[in-house]
Amino acid sequence: MIANYGYKDGSGEYYISIDTDRCINCPAGHACLAACPKGMFETMTDDYDDEVTWIKAQFRRSLAYDCAECKPSGARPPLPCVVACTPGAIKHSW
Amino acid sequence: MITAGIDVGSRTVKVVLLEDGVVKGKRLIFPGDLDGDVAADTAYDEALAAAGLTRDDVGAVYATGAGRKMVKFAKDSVTDMSAGAKGVSYFFPTARTIVDVGAEEGRGIKTDGSGKATDFAGNEKCAAGAGSFAEAMSRALQLSLKDFGDASLRSSKSIPMNAQCTVFAESEVVSLIHSSVPKEDIAKAVLDAVASRVCAMVRRVGIDKDVVLIGGMAHNAGFVQSLKAAMAIDEIRLPEMPEYVGALGCALMAAEGGR
Amino acid sequence: MSETLAIADSAAKPEFWRWEETSWADPAKDWRSAKNITVGIDVGSVSSQCVVVTDGELYAYNSMRTGSSSPDSAKNAFKGVQDKTGLTLGDVHMVVGTGYGRVNVPFSHKAITEIACHARGANYMGGNSVRTILDMGGQDCKDIHCDEKGKVTNFLMNDKCAAGTGRGMEVISDLMQIPIAELGPRSFEVDQEPEAVSSVCVVFAKSEALGLLKGGYTKNKVIAAYCQAMAQRVVSLLERIGVEEGFFITGGIAKNPGVVKRIEKILGIKAMETKIDSQIAGALGAALFANTLVQKNGPLKPIAA
Repeated sequence: MIANYGYKDGSGEYYISIDTDRCINCPAGHACLAACPKGMFETMTDDYDDEVTWIKAQFRRSLAYDCAECKPSGARPPLPCVVACTPGAIKHSW
Repeated sequence: MITAGIDVGSRTVKVVLLEDGVVKGKRLIFPGDLDGDVAADTAYDEALAAAGLTRDDVGAVYATGAGRKMVKFAKDSVTDMSAGAKGVSYFFPTARTIVDVGAEEGRGIKTDGSGKATDFAGNEKCAAGAGSFAEAMSRALQLSLKDFGDASLRSSKSIPMNAQCTVFAESEVVSLIHSSVPKEDIAKAVLDAVASRVCAMVRRVGIDKDVVLIGGMAHNAGFVQSLKAAMAIDEIRLPEMPEYVGALGCALMAAEGGR
Repeated sequence: MSETLAIADSAAKPEFWRWEETSWADPAKDWRSAKNITVGIDVGSVSSQCVVVTDGELYAYNSMRTGSSSPDSAKNAFKGVQDKTGLTLGDVHMVVGTGYGRVNVPFSHKAITEIACHARGANYMGGNSVRTILDMGGQDCKDIHCDEKGKVTNFLMNDKCAAGTGRGMEVISDLMQIPIAELGPRSFEVDQEPEAVSSVCVVFAKSEALGLLKGGYTKNKVIAAYCQAMAQRVVSLLERIGVEEGFFITGGIAKNPGVVKRIEKILGIKAMETKIDSQIAGALGAALFANTLVQKNGPLKPIAA
């Protein structure tokens, strides 16, 4: 399943997508949890009883602001969460 | 030479008249129902009349703001970032980080000592990231924006707000009132929320001293306090006429650009 | 004119945004002769539903406005069904809670996300050809893709921004002073279909609506412009992960033809029809999940409400 967390508002579309099929039995040991400077990721058991990662609820509606530090204006350095996720499950829409 | 700067913002229109580096007059109007170009004309003519001048006395007019392209009588238009950086340099040549909080946008502008904007980051077109969010919540609390800001200074709590949208936040404020949360704490929660969103944008350009706050919200002592806390700094410089800084920057640039 | 939407203050005036609360029970069935009786409770930010499923089939439901307390809303939703049918919690074999308040249904045995529950509910209501579910709720908008069994394969939710949500429609109902159930039909009584108002922010759309009225638009035309904006906004959300037919719409706004027809027109796809109330999809899915679990593991002891 592709889980898209985030929102669209007047200023743009901000979604982090997690391909949970790649999350199950994660070869990177869910390294995204430690990689994110704000600790936005956590693991949980989903509705189909699989152990996967999601974005914590308190961050989902303010991604434009929460992810701002990893996305300095004018530059696009590699994102820590995307780099840490070796199975390639994480994508940012902006 | 007399020059003029006009800032057609999303909520107000500001005009500054400048003669040989000295502010000769200024005017702010709330356009209400007026179309953008009519509002610009009205604000300009009112500013001129108050200063005892006519349009012919003015050498050049530069425009900025969301509606700058609608200003037919402007010689040139510049971005809010350039106008803000230029205007700030008039007051604080030592400024390196400018925080500009208007009605609909909160942005960070990096500047060097020369009055130029070297970098910027903002989140526009969402009412929740800027002044109109605080204003809507102050109406829900039935306080003027000023009293709202002063009330927040009396609180020492930090209640997080769940809602990130002005429409939802209004309901959240109403239910906080019904749960007997003191108005002071609600006011602080609202201003903290806006400050945190603005601060996130400023961090994208980096925070270097001196930090200057411009735009209408600079008048709000409660907001300034929340912003200092969010940015983890002790001092934010405030110019005398914070909402006019963009228009002033335009007038300065018009003077340098010449006829 | 004050632009504050202070719902609490309008208690003395007619409340145009208030929609009809309903409860229903299948007259052809009797829960007393059922083997498995399961309940799903969906506590949303705006509305709450309780659905009773007997032996895997829909039996009864209650839909009402969520109050200020989620646990109370859950209890009241069940009470609505109890009053209608005589069913008590002691007769129920399992309760599953969902929605924003899913952790606040004190008598539920398990919580399942509204995403999974909507997919399951839509699969029942529309059949196993349902692939794309659009749920337009009170404070959120969801796009869910599922397989033929109603299992979720892709989803996207927007609950940050009021544009494209029921609250956005309530704002217009209040502004225009027209009961919310009338907005949809009235949006078609126009001489010419207008352009959409700003589709990016309800706050801005509100000021635009007032400007349009001043500029000579009739109320119906403003409503039409607003419905068009909402339809465009919802379609842009859908396009992020695409729309696969069968396309099924749930949630309160599914009852607003002004928005639904315009969405269908933009997509070029017709929504599937159902005779079941669109607002109960989440609670129905929850009750169906419970039914499967009871079939597998047997009944559970009731938890005191």
